[in-house]
Amino acid sequence: MIALTIDGIRIQAEEGETVLQAAKRAGIRIPTLCYLEGLSPRGACRLCLVEVRNWGGRLVPACATPVQEGMDVVAHSPRLLELRRAILEMLFAERNHICAFCVSNGHCELQDLAAELGMDHVRYPYRWLPFFVDLSHAKYGIDHNRCVLCGRCVRACAEVEGAATWGFSGRGIFTLVEADLGEPWGKSKTCTGCGKCVQACPTGALFEKGKATSEQRKKPEILAEVKERRPRA
Amino acid sequence: MPKLRVATVWFSGCSGCHMSFLDLDERLLEFAERAELVFSPIADIKEFPEDVDVVLVEGAVGNSEHLHMLLEIRKKAKVLVAFGDCAVTGNVSSLRNPLSREEVLRTVYGTEDPPGLEEGEVPKLLPHALPLHAVVPVDHFLPGCPPSADRIWKFLRPVLLGQKPALSGPDLKFG
Repeated sequence: MIALTIDGIRIQAEEGETVLQAAKRAGIRIPTLCYLEGLSPRGACRLCLVEVRNWGGRLVPACATPVQEGMDVVAHSPRLLELRRAILEMLFAERNHICAFCVSNGHCELQDLAAELGMDHVRYPYRWLPFFVDLSHAKYGIDHNRCVLCGRCVRACAEVEGAATWGFSGRGIFTLVEADLGEPWGKSKTCTGCGKCVQACPTGALFEKGKATSEQRKKPEILAEVKERRPRA
Repeated sequence: MPKLRVATVWFSGCSGCHMSFLDLDERLLEFAERAELVFSPIADIKEFPEDVDVVLVEGAVGNSEHLHMLLEIRKKAKVLVAFGDCAVTGNVSSLRNPLSREEVLRTVYGTEDPPGLEEGEVPKLLPHALPLHAVVPVDHFLPGCPPSADRIWKFLRPVLLGQKPALSGPDLKFG
């Protein structure tokens, strides 16, 4: 067992556990977005940044940092709240997240995080770049306007379904999640149509066709259930 | 205690926030006891008055008239509140922002010379529908599309009592 403290609380953790897992067991909530139980951690969104006091105040992503003996972790502080808010605001400014006009309105992780972290407005200028919607798939659609590039769909497809249909193309804010080598989703030869990517998506970027907003509630927990062959709840 | 001088303004929005304001129902009586509505789309007053204590601004800054008016009310009002998602983020009004202003107007009106393209009887449409804080300093943000009457009251009641409003958690939710 490894002993560490998070927000001043002494915690025992298993070797190989991440700071996020240890915090969760201790009942300490750390906000996450790109992390999803059942998928490999990626540390992409930086919302779970925590400060390790005895590492010179270094900021590390809780989801991808293994616990170490004697770690003194700060998970909640004014500095961290400000950093998390800034990250969220950049995500909102980067693409066209218009909650009132989104299929995931009311059950979106990005929208919930904004409320949780007290984001009442976005201080950065919005980019308003034009992004497209691909509705070529028979059952599902992808709206790049809503994508936060968390990669949960990419990992769900590769790690759980084993199809590796999704991947990233482009660079920086122009990065797109694309099927196969940029084919319209409906023409993908590798997509099995399982829909795990849709369930994994935290926003309205991936959605089921023919379903109203109130019917679009997703079940991201199925990824861990399938991966660990848990009995269906 | 003199009555608080409150104004409400309607820019590029659907008036849903004002409908939600009217949804305050019997709470409007308490509002009327503590405040005087000195300018509003639901009151027949032509000029935005001087010395306004609090102004709730619904809608994004979509055209030259909104821009002109917002600069004026910022000078005349002590406390400016972005009222609803369009005022806070641009929201539905900003759906046109990734597209060209000219293309949007020509497509919508089906003519080469649509109103709003240039300054005329209809004010000129700005290239982007802007959130208020992109133009002037904003004192408070009241998100929601529309913010529910309960949320509006949670915000407004402390203001009427001379206290600082503080919305948090679920009361900040967009959409």
